[in-house]
Amino acid sequence: MTEEKHIDIDYTAKLARINLTDAEKEKLSEQLDSIIGYVEKLEELDTEGVEPTAHPHPVYNVWQEDEVKGELSTEEALKNAPAQRDNMIVVPKVVD
Amino acid sequence: MSKELHYKSASELSELLEKKELSAVDLMKATIARTKEVEDKVGAFNSYDEVDALAQADASDARRAAGGSFGPLDGIPVGIKDNLAVNGQPLTCSSKMLEKFVSPYDATCIEKLKSQGAVLWGRLNLDEYAMGSSTENSAFKTTSNPWNLDCIPGGSSGGSAAAAAAGQAVMTLGSDTGGSIRQPASHCGVVGLKPTYGRVSRYGLAAFASSLDQVGPLTRNVKDAALLLQAISGHDERDSTSYKVSTPNFLEAMEKQRGHKWTLGLPKEYFATAADTPAMKPVLEAIEFYRSLGCEIKEVSLPHTDYAVATYYIIATAEASSNLARYDGIRYTHRAEKFDAKDSVDIYCQSRAEGFGEEVKRRVILGTYVLSSGYYDAYYLKAQKVRTLIRRDFENAFKEVDALLTPTSPTPAFKKGEKASDPLSMYLSDIYTISANLAGIPGMSLPCGYSDGLPVGLQILGKPFKEDELLSIAHEFEMAHDFKDQHPSL
Repeated sequence: MTEEKHIDIDYTAKLARINLTDAEKEKLSEQLDSIIGYVEKLEELDTEGVEPTAHPHPVYNVWQEDEVKGELSTEEALKNAPAQRDNMIVVPKVVD
Repeated sequence: MSKELHYKSASELSELLEKKELSAVDLMKATIARTKEVEDKVGAFNSYDEVDALAQADASDARRAAGGSFGPLDGIPVGIKDNLAVNGQPLTCSSKMLEKFVSPYDATCIEKLKSQGAVLWGRLNLDEYAMGSSTENSAFKTTSNPWNLDCIPGGSSGGSAAAAAAGQAVMTLGSDTGGSIRQPASHCGVVGLKPTYGRVSRYGLAAFASSLDQVGPLTRNVKDAALLLQAISGHDERDSTSYKVSTPNFLEAMEKQRGHKWTLGLPKEYFATAADTPAMKPVLEAIEFYRSLGCEIKEVSLPHTDYAVATYYIIATAEASSNLARYDGIRYTHRAEKFDAKDSVDIYCQSRAEGFGEEVKRRVILGTYVLSSGYYDAYYLKAQKVRTLIRRDFENAFKEVDALLTPTSPTPAFKKGEKASDPLSMYLSDIYTISANLAGIPGMSLPCGYSDGLPVGLQILGKPFKEDELLSIAHEFEMAHDFKDQHPSL
């Protein structure tokens, strides 16, 4: 783990939509580097031809009628919104 | 009266309620009194609503008086981990992101408990978004281990385990993604059961890693675990991964299977590393107990054990980074007041910077990294393939044995702060529990003794959908020992 850092912390934090302070960047990139170094032990295993597991007991073709059930009222749905007006969530202007 | 009540089991209390020797309101009042008496020391609750709990208890008494009791759970206080939705109650996930969130609906397991008359009691502390093994990652408070207040209760369901151990609830619900029910149960000396993936609906559980998460009971004895698991199990059309299998009557199955001579496996990889630690002594004694019952004890191999933690931290963080994308500062979470308005995404980035704690940031960023372009095959796809190998290890082992016996955790509860600065060592403390989530099999932790005055748990891992067998195996041990009647002095 003395070699080059695995993770480009600025780029990855941006993808994750999290602003980090410089101190956080330094600490996280060091910790994540050691964690990534650890998880790379999976490279030791030959997984040629092994099917990946997405779910331990996969269920296929789960269908149901497309019908509205147990819906929330507008008031209930907006109860936790950080800002709201006229039954809508208020957000900052993003286009001029 | 309350002194006697707060450590009684759900089945005992149920009988008292049924015979009308106790009212649900008096039971709830005793539970509230006990909670307040020890909460300064234990710190298990993020919040509780006395008025609401007493109203639920009152309704239970009214039903019973009218001859319409909803069954054995009617009037029994059940504590709820603060990542399960209860309509009209806070749902914080111990995160600043959801500090003010009030749930507008019930999780399926909560709906089921309500329909059976259980009194939903309090919001129990956890590691933020269930990410952690000590409950130290809560944004709001530190929960203490009732057996030694300087120690962590385990995590992430630390509040659920501590409250059950301290008599602040008759039983509690937790969630388990990599050991988050079993590890705190072992540290707090209670029974904790992670059901088979798909046994219990995840609808209304704040998602951490959707292919690993399961809701399950933490209780002071095995029969109560069976009772609570019974209450929350079953297929749910609102969770497409929940399984269409019938739920057996667990208590009946336990009765039928009494005295059965099980074939029990010891995974040699689990014992190789742990053989001579002091915490192993009670586990080895428990194994000898099963041998003395006439059970066959066999060594088995799970060859990919050493890769489980690495596999888990790729899959769990990848799924977390995707699941936690919903906490965006726009619709129902904390929103930053100051952000760069010229940058259209800065409101997300700043809200998440303020709302998430350190461990959550670490895992979301790691998950984002392993899924990002150019790394997906090397990490995520590789981990999913190794997950298949780990699953096959268990399938092979279960051709030879009915269940596996292991320690639940490599050590008893550690001191607060001890591992906080070293995430990797914290991750490695889940080494015995993580594989069950990857393989989707049920697992439980059962109190089996002490090391330096701290409880030690025996883990029993079983075949998919064979929780009845786990409960039966655990019950044999419990009946021959008195750990369920030993409580911390608070």
